[in-house]
Amino acid sequence: MRNKLMVGMAALMAGPLLAQAATLDDVLENDSLRCGVNAAQPGFSALSDEDTYLGLDTDVCRAVAAAVLGDAEKVQFVPLDSVERFTALQSGEVEMLSRTTTWTSSRDTSMGVNFTGVSYYDGQAFMVAGDLGVQSAQELDGAAVCTQAGTTSELNLADYFRVNDMSYDPVIFDAPEQSIIGFEEGRCDVLSSDASQLYAQRMQLSDPESAVVLPEIISKEPLGPAVRQGDDQWFNIVKWSLFAMINAEEYGISSTNVDEMLDSEDPNIARILGQSDNYGEAMGLEADWAYQIIKQVGNYAEMFDRNVGQDSDFAISRGLNALWTDGGILYAPPIR
Amino acid sequence: MSVRPNARPVGQKPPFWRDRAKRALIFQLLLVAAVAAFLLYIVGNTQANLEARGITTGFGFLSNTAGFGIVQTLVDYSSQSTYGRTFLVGLLNTLLVGGLGVLAATIIGFTVGIARLSPNWLLARLANGYIEIFRNIPLLLQIFFWYFAVLRTLPSARDSLAFGEAVFLNVRGLYLPEPLFESGFGIIPATFLVAIIASIVLVVWNKRRQDATGKRLPAGWISLLLIFGLPLLALVATGVPVTWDMPELRGFNFRGGITIIPEFLALWLALSIYTASFIAEIVRSGIQAISHGQTEAAQALSLPRKLVLRLVIIPQALRVIIPPLTSQYLNLIKNSSLATAIGYPDLVSVFAGTTLNQTGQAIEVIAMTMAVYLTISLLVSMFMNWFNARVALVER
Repeated sequence: MRNKLMVGMAALMAGPLLAQAATLDDVLENDSLRCGVNAAQPGFSALSDEDTYLGLDTDVCRAVAAAVLGDAEKVQFVPLDSVERFTALQSGEVEMLSRTTTWTSSRDTSMGVNFTGVSYYDGQAFMVAGDLGVQSAQELDGAAVCTQAGTTSELNLADYFRVNDMSYDPVIFDAPEQSIIGFEEGRCDVLSSDASQLYAQRMQLSDPESAVVLPEIISKEPLGPAVRQGDDQWFNIVKWSLFAMINAEEYGISSTNVDEMLDSEDPNIARILGQSDNYGEAMGLEADWAYQIIKQVGNYAEMFDRNVGQDSDFAISRGLNALWTDGGILYAPPIR
Repeated sequence: MSVRPNARPVGQKPPFWRDRAKRALIFQLLLVAAVAAFLLYIVGNTQANLEARGITTGFGFLSNTAGFGIVQTLVDYSSQSTYGRTFLVGLLNTLLVGGLGVLAATIIGFTVGIARLSPNWLLARLANGYIEIFRNIPLLLQIFFWYFAVLRTLPSARDSLAFGEAVFLNVRGLYLPEPLFESGFGIIPATFLVAIIASIVLVVWNKRRQDATGKRLPAGWISLLLIFGLPLLALVATGVPVTWDMPELRGFNFRGGITIIPEFLALWLALSIYTASFIAEIVRSGIQAISHGQTEAAQALSLPRKLVLRLVIIPQALRVIIPPLTSQYLNLIKNSSLATAIGYPDLVSVFAGTTLNQTGQAIEVIAMTMAVYLTISLLVSMFMNWFNARVALVER
């Protein structure tokens, strides 16, 4: 399970001192983008019947591949666990990480990675068995809590129980599947994780109706893609690929109407689709980079709805992840 | 030996490259230099790579606040403790399961190994079945089996199995009363120590007396009586200065007392049972390595089977048993790192898992973890080599 960690460390120790600004060239040369994702996180990244990974996080990878290579399917997904993910990115095993990873200051500044934006605004929550009769997280004093090793959840949990002067027993598993078994077998009263993951894990219970997710959100979990530090060109490409999807939703461009939009009179739309000016050139991309993303992957709303939103099993409402014009906090800088 | 291989005619010294000793020395120096250069290259390259990628290096993180909880801690620990403290907590948890595992595996292994050779057909078959089943299933699967078997069969916290309102067993673990020592309790460990010293003196004196006169006291029984009787006597004499902290159901879980978590039980069971099956085979082979003539000779002296084993066979078998036994002990300790699969907070789980991920300093953390396992293994191996030298057959 830790083999990628070891390979990554070996690369850091014995690998040659690479020139840093070459990620785009590497991707172009391989004609494929290597993207680190979750192995089994339904809604965000999970193997589908067609033998490829599907989910919101994987669609972010596809968007970058569409912008850079012109083909959203030229992605090689590398499943990573939460412990090995940063080492894999640092050592160049993957070109980008899109793996429900929370953007925090220490990760951004001391681990040699840069977060490029927020693809999903999440927060940590609690799930309990319905027959416990617990209404609020404030009633959880003394509970045994299952969560996953090496996540921000582990830290938030300690903070939350400390601030509220309550005690708890942490039961820490390596893999989310084991946390679910632990919860079902009654090893712990509470399963704690990011709310989006809890909804997915609830679906995996043998009887989803037996568990309830408590209303409290105890932390800010901005999840987003990350790249290696030191390659500003690549950093910009990944950052603006996501912004392009959000801008596309804002201006009503979707995968179904993008070809009609090419003739749009709206200068904003013309700029996004590369009709009036070439904004891709400065990033080393084609002028139609954003067109390719929208055509092949869709805008943010399409990505959200099909993976975690109304068209999926999870039916998570947009909430914070709605556009700023719709009462959410999703806001992308303009393309101009 | 009468031939001196290095003998050469007296006269002019040959050039140094013709001198075998000097040539060997030069090759050794070259090898050492090459290894040192390689290590320097690795260290320098790693530092350059880490710096180029903006990754923090060094061991400063050990004094940062950890900020996460651990379910089983043998020393004081809270989420406000440092990463250095998590290292210690993880290390102690590893040593706990390793130490108890070695103990249990040895007891089970020796019992099964001897049972395997028993003339009792049923006993020998049972022992054989045990060995063949447990040494042929991968350890990780056994750990999962015990963990989920333990979890699945135990009742929930509210329907705990209670033993006399003091000991409770449920899916969250085994809850025992914890003794709280009051002032005046110090005398009891003191008498215990006195009893142990007295027993050692007694055994040594008994041995000398037996060597000199052939007379022998049942020193083992007397020692046992001393070691358990004396502290008990002291306990009663001082009016039992102990109160018990009883576990009781409060809210979700039992609070108070000592908790033995199911992860520990499952890991300990799996490690002990798995390793014991190998130890049993080592014990059997050690015993069978002793020529049957020895057994027959001892029986001819009309020694009962128990004494034949204890006085004749096992002392000779030990020299065959101990070297492979050492390997099994080392395996058991290293295998305890599989704890991370079921969430037992051992060194790999809390330090090479959570701490590594929170700090991102993979190289430092993994190097420290490897150094710990190396140190433990070398210490065990040193002890076993010393023990082996002591029990080795002194040929006359």
